[in-house]
Amino acid sequence: MKINSPLEAYKFLPGTNCGECGETSCMAFASHLIDRSLKATDCIPLVNESKYKKKYDELVTLLAPEIREVVIGVGDNAISIGGDDVLHRHKLTFFNKTALAYDVWDTMEEADLVERVNKIQDFKKFYVGDYLTLDMIAVRSVSNDPEKFAATVKKVVETTEFPLVLCSFEPAVLRAGLEVSAEKRPLLYAANKDNWQEVAALAQEFNVPVTVFAPNDLDLLKSMAKTFADNGIEDVVLDPGTFPTGKGLKTTLNNFLKIRRAGINGDRDIAFPIMAVPFTAWMAHDDEVSASYWETVVASIFTIKYGDIMIMHSIEPYALMPQLHIRDTMYTDPRKPVTVDPAVYEIGSPTADSPLLITTNFALTYYTVESDLSSNGVDCYLTAIDTDGIGVEAAVAGGQLTAAKIKKGLDDAGFDMEKLTHKVIVIPGLAARLQGDVEDETGAGVMIGPADSGRLPGWMEQNWPPQK
Amino acid sequence: MSNKMKLSGLTDLLKDLDVESLEGVSIEGDIELDISGGGGLNPAMAYALGHEAAQISMHVANIARMLGYPVDQLFAASMGGLPQAPVAGASRIPELLPAKFDVSKMSEWATPIQEVTLGATSADGGSRKNTVTLGGENALPYYFDAEMPHRNYVTMDVFDMPISMAKSVKENYGDVINDPAEWAKKAVRDFNADMITIHLISTDPLINDTPAREAAKVVEDVLQAVDVPIVIGGSGNPQKDPEVLERAAEVAEGERVLLASASLNLDYERVAKAATDYGHAVLSWTQLEINAQKELNRKLMKQCNVPRDSIVMDPTTAALGYGLDYAYSNMERIRLAGLMGDEELTFPMSSGTTNAWGARESWMKESPLKQDSDWGPREYRGPIWEIVTGLTLALAGNDMFMMMHPTSVQVLKEITQTLYGSIEAEEIDITKWIGAEV
Repeated sequence: MKINSPLEAYKFLPGTNCGECGETSCMAFASHLIDRSLKATDCIPLVNESKYKKKYDELVTLLAPEIREVVIGVGDNAISIGGDDVLHRHKLTFFNKTALAYDVWDTMEEADLVERVNKIQDFKKFYVGDYLTLDMIAVRSVSNDPEKFAATVKKVVETTEFPLVLCSFEPAVLRAGLEVSAEKRPLLYAANKDNWQEVAALAQEFNVPVTVFAPNDLDLLKSMAKTFADNGIEDVVLDPGTFPTGKGLKTTLNNFLKIRRAGINGDRDIAFPIMAVPFTAWMAHDDEVSASYWETVVASIFTIKYGDIMIMHSIEPYALMPQLHIRDTMYTDPRKPVTVDPAVYEIGSPTADSPLLITTNFALTYYTVESDLSSNGVDCYLTAIDTDGIGVEAAVAGGQLTAAKIKKGLDDAGFDMEKLTHKVIVIPGLAARLQGDVEDETGAGVMIGPADSGRLPGWMEQNWPPQK
Repeated sequence: MSNKMKLSGLTDLLKDLDVESLEGVSIEGDIELDISGGGGLNPAMAYALGHEAAQISMHVANIARMLGYPVDQLFAASMGGLPQAPVAGASRIPELLPAKFDVSKMSEWATPIQEVTLGATSADGGSRKNTVTLGGENALPYYFDAEMPHRNYVTMDVFDMPISMAKSVKENYGDVINDPAEWAKKAVRDFNADMITIHLISTDPLINDTPAREAAKVVEDVLQAVDVPIVIGGSGNPQKDPEVLERAAEVAEGERVLLASASLNLDYERVAKAATDYGHAVLSWTQLEINAQKELNRKLMKQCNVPRDSIVMDPTTAALGYGLDYAYSNMERIRLAGLMGDEELTFPMSSGTTNAWGARESWMKESPLKQDSDWGPREYRGPIWEIVTGLTLALAGNDMFMMMHPTSVQVLKEITQTLYGSIEAEEIDITKWIGAEV
């Protein structure tokens, strides 16, 4: 965006402190515009009253992200990509996490197709209070036959609400796919130097986003993007080519770096979301594990460095899990707190017989332990000790988790050990060396829990209630 | 006129036609396909012929178009409109707007990262076969702004006693787990380790409380067993480590090892002195806190007189899914600050990438949560967890990786050296990816 202080945004607001947005003042609202947690449309008078029309329009222009935002799909499953304002996540945060698309192809048997689509849309991994899931299906035209392609696209649309990427360089094939899926707003892949006129015409006719593909030719890529945008096709995605190995991969990384830097620096003609195609790793590796590994490695690089949407092939868990986690890693808002408040939390409905567990106040640690306990129906007291937001193992090594800290944590929380029938504290397995000290410091019995909280339910079965 | 020729003859004819001089050429009559060979058409042959016929018809249509015949309407009528232009020709975009892509280099990155050399050859009074130089960057890693002067290096972990390890890691070391020297040898010989880290964990008073003097013997054994540069790590016990590292530094005199580590929660002056007295480098370890890193580096330089060319930083590695976001941004901020002139942060970095094995995803047989999709075989999950953790930090500017699993080491070396630019590979025609059979 073109402004970076609340004061600059404030000038365009009504200045009445009416509070309709839920903020106490227009200045407070302005600061949320700058950190992008609220939008200009959230100021009700600004939107509704005609006297503010000019200011509203100006503000919207000034607040528009440097990299354009492109929406693929419709309704609840629509996915936005792009929309970034910074080159490094610590400068603000990255917006619109990289969309992960997995392929199907039009020479698949119908049963296999449906099974694969279901696997893609059903994959989920629980992580700090939510599920990590995949996003899209990319349909490849292998047959180059419009009818086959249309039939495959149709079947995919019947099977899933996931948005689609329609992949072919043949305009007739793309048209056939669009005819059965246009209302789902799929992404077209792709316009290249030979077919761009026909593909541009399809994007216009069906009003869908479109990818421009110019492998290692940034002049051509920019030329196509500019041409499309100037002709009213503004929902453009850039594919500068993903060369999976050797010098080609180094070049590919640098193409991504150059495009995004130019876009953030204000070159509007190239300021579009970027697509990576880690799928190409499968053209370089024969065996499945090597190909999946390399594809995941390439996907990781472009999740970290500016890929906004990616197409992959492997749907093995050992490929999907790291892909989902590295995507979450990069798109987690660095402004969110690292810690939870130190306290004794009740998990489920604990009683006097329930265990008292110790962990740290590092948010990731706390939520991991919390979800392991609650999803397995363990009722207990879970104590978050103030370790300055450091995890158990590192906090024991660094002296942030000590017997004195545990004592202080329980005292500060006002937790009365006397209400427990067992008078036992369970410390994490990775803090085992603190056992004696904690016994001395608190006078309570101390049991050593498992090294990983995922094993707490099993540990409970074996060890709880404690032997007198 | 009846014109009978073979398909290949027709393509040859058309290939040779000079489009400029087509005036007056007319093609009339039916083209008869002369297919030789008995037994009818097999599907592959039919496909090939169909392809060739389609190519010919396109050539012929082009000729007709040049001659002014409305070919497209003809096709539209006969083929149900499929290949027809989607909108009327008038609204088509006539030509591409010219554009030249250009982007500037980062002028703010004006300060190079300090170079630190580990290991000493006989020329410098040591017995290593080669040395390893870290740092020297003038840009973020692999960026076009400036060539990276040195590749990334991997130092593989060796422990002075058997420790608990993930199953898929342990499988590789079962035969050497009781012998640090043999373990080190195996890592260099079989797993292509650039360096070895010997962790003297048995010295921890809460483990075996091995005396520093005895632990130093293990260091000597490892220096004998391998000729790559080494890193010496303590047990992490802040009371014991200074003494252990002093002894180790003494027996390793002349070999220019990296002592791991100095930190704010132990007597870093003793560790620093051990390094400067015996000509070693020191690892400056802090926990995910850029200001603490500045403070410790400043103390090492100003208070302990450690030369700039003898400091490597370990700003802490958290595993993928367990705080890697903090570790990544912390490292990236440190590197950017260094490049932009913060003299307290212009040092190469090291990552305890092995920490990835703390993530349950890398070692647990299955998810502890029943809501999760199947996690699949763990022997494939573990190495990729270590690879992605390392690769992420490589992109943040990390120079050296402490690692465990041979597959992780191999893949991480391949990817970082690919990005560094030293790996050649056959070029792949990626324009064919859509139709690839996989």
